Amino acid sequence: MPEQSDQPVRDALTETLADQDAGRLADVHGPYFGEFGGRYVPEALIAALDELEAEFRKAQQDPGFAADLSRLHREYTGRPSPLTEVPRFAEHAGGDAVRVFLKREDLNHTGSHKINNVLGQALLVKRMGKSRVIAETGAGQHGVATATAAALMGLECVVYMGEEDTRRQALNVARMELLGATVVPVALGTRTLKDAINEALRDWVTNVDSTHYLLGTVTGPHPFPEMVREFHRIIGTEAREQVLERVGRLPDAVAACVGGGSNALGIFNAFLDDDGVALYGFEAGGEGIESGRHAARFSGGAPGVLHGARSYLLQDDDGQTRPSHSVSAGLDYPSVGPAHSWLHDIGRATYEPVTDDEAMEAFRLLCRTEGIIPAIESAHALAGVLRVGRRMADAGLRDQVILVNLSGRGDKDVATAARWFGLLHEEPATEGDQ
Amino acid sequence: MTGTVTTSATAARLDALRAQVRPALVGYLPVGYPDVERSVEAVTTMVDAGVDVVEIGVPYSDPVMDGPVIQEAAEAALRGGARVRDVLRVVEAVAERSGGQVPALVMSYYNPVLRYGVAAFARDLAAAGGAGMITPDLIPDEGDAWNAAADEHGLDKVYLVAPSSTPERLRLTAKASRGFVYAASTMGVTGARASVGRRAEQLVADTRAAGASHVCVGLGVSTGDQAAEVGRYADGVIVGSAFVRTLLGDEPWSDRLAALAEVTRDLADGVARARTGGGDA
Repeated sequence: MPEQSDQPVRDALTETLADQDAGRLADVHGPYFGEFGGRYVPEALIAALDELEAEFRKAQQDPGFAADLSRLHREYTGRPSPLTEVPRFAEHAGGDAVRVFLKREDLNHTGSHKINNVLGQALLVKRMGKSRVIAETGAGQHGVATATAAALMGLECVVYMGEEDTRRQALNVARMELLGATVVPVALGTRTLKDAINEALRDWVTNVDSTHYLLGTVTGPHPFPEMVREFHRIIGTEAREQVLERVGRLPDAVAACVGGGSNALGIFNAFLDDDGVALYGFEAGGEGIESGRHAARFSGGAPGVLHGARSYLLQDDDGQTRPSHSVSAGLDYPSVGPAHSWLHDIGRATYEPVTDDEAMEAFRLLCRTEGIIPAIESAHALAGVLRVGRRMADAGLRDQVILVNLSGRGDKDVATAARWFGLLHEEPATEGDQ
Repeated sequence: MTGTVTTSATAARLDALRAQVRPALVGYLPVGYPDVERSVEAVTTMVDAGVDVVEIGVPYSDPVMDGPVIQEAAEAALRGGARVRDVLRVVEAVAERSGGQVPALVMSYYNPVLRYGVAAFARDLAAAGGAGMITPDLIPDEGDAWNAAADEHGLDKVYLVAPSSTPERLRLTAKASRGFVYAASTMGVTGARASVGRRAEQLVADTRAAGASHVCVGLGVSTGDQAAEVGRYADGVIVGSAFVRTLLGDEPWSDRLAALAEVTRDLADGVARARTGGGDA
């Protein structure tokens, strides 16, 4: 705590910093996060990116935009999402030394945090006067959220999805189609999320006059990483207040899974400038780093350029993208948002891989101890929390508070989990997703 | 407007052709399709049959600017083990075959070059006799490392403009480019089209007005007639997918090379009559 005599000086300093909008990690603007980010895209897209950024900046200054978005959050999404303490789960994460709180983004309309970003961008689309949105999706959560917003706002919607993922997530394909979207299976390259993004970018280059690319995470060319962070900022803002109210102080650690990294950045952002709060991002370790079958960009990748941004990337010696692997389609992506690469390099956040096995064990544990079926993506964060909590207990720490972003619900993953745990009593599926 | 640098191999070639009252035929093929040896044969076949400038593509795992034809060839090249360094062999072969008459540009997405090392790539490309590089996903705003390396080694920097480019961006890109500016004829990816976009002619005029001394047009040109039409107003006509398509399929390799030579001659004939008043509508 600062001494009393320092207080006026500190207040003045705080004011100055606020005036300059400088110095706060939470407010860093694109196009660059440290040496990461940028706009590595064909020139043909630059005009659309400039238009989008200009509209976004205008909207940020417009109280009407904030009011519209806030009303949708409240009346459509069901925000604020609750904060749930999970004591029976926490017993497995360091026993009585640790309290674990879940930020319940799984309870949002459409079942994940993705809706926050989608509603924000869809409002921008209306302001720009465009009539068509395209999106990529891995697990299907962003695709469902985009199809939902498109239905709500009367926009034509096309979702690109890797053919492999349309099989893994057949239920979400049906959901998108029910919502009026066209789902295009992408049978190119590795037939997963990265190839869906390639195809979405090709569509965008061709139809940019009428079409907005509603990118689903904090990756891609500027202004997407900053803009999507801003639309998910509400996760951390709410959670910070809720934790303060519930335990009277900030958490000791905040944890989230990291695919592209939007749910993680959304919750990290409110704590970036609180030095006492440790931040943990958990990547898909797949079958283990040594197996080569994973999506752990920080453990198994190096900086490079993919899909418009410079960031950590799974790549071979020739700069060709290496295929990623994860039991979770939503984390199965070879790159990561540039802001995470920056937070990694400056040491503000710690990124660790979690294997498929660890994630599925944590998935089952939350089901059985708390009656909550998480998305397999979010189960990676839960597995990470078990690890972090035990470390805290082993270090002799007491009264530790860990906040976890439960980014999505697991309804879409029931078939995968049932196969994983051998719960299906019919003949075994011939095409596995493990 | 004459540029600040006078040592562009490609610009010199375009000027020589301009003196003959004709535009250049710029031909693209990827290295490594169907394998490295045969891609060298294909490129030299194209040179013998009449292309004036060569673009050699580096196959990349995520070619967002390319349509199905070039994607298919690139995927096959990668499956066959093509490496970034193989592009240098093709560059050398073009320089040898044409006695240095045909400038060889590399066309590469940025990450393979970034991974190779931008400075190292520029050094090795210059040593192999290459003229420069076309960068479909690198805009001048992000080009500091490449610009410095290209300047040090006297290589051409070919950036792209599109029908969506604002006058300000046309100026920026014209200023940053050396050799020529690559004008994308239409909003879209590579591949044959029934007609070349109407916006192409205006874009070339606007790009010249923005300060570019040489402007070549690509995307969608596949026939001699289209080449003749575009060649009326562009310094060069860039063709990719139409060449690559002749090499796909299972026919005997010699037949595929013959088809490549035939398409090349048709396109070369198109550019030759572009400004004679005979071939254009």
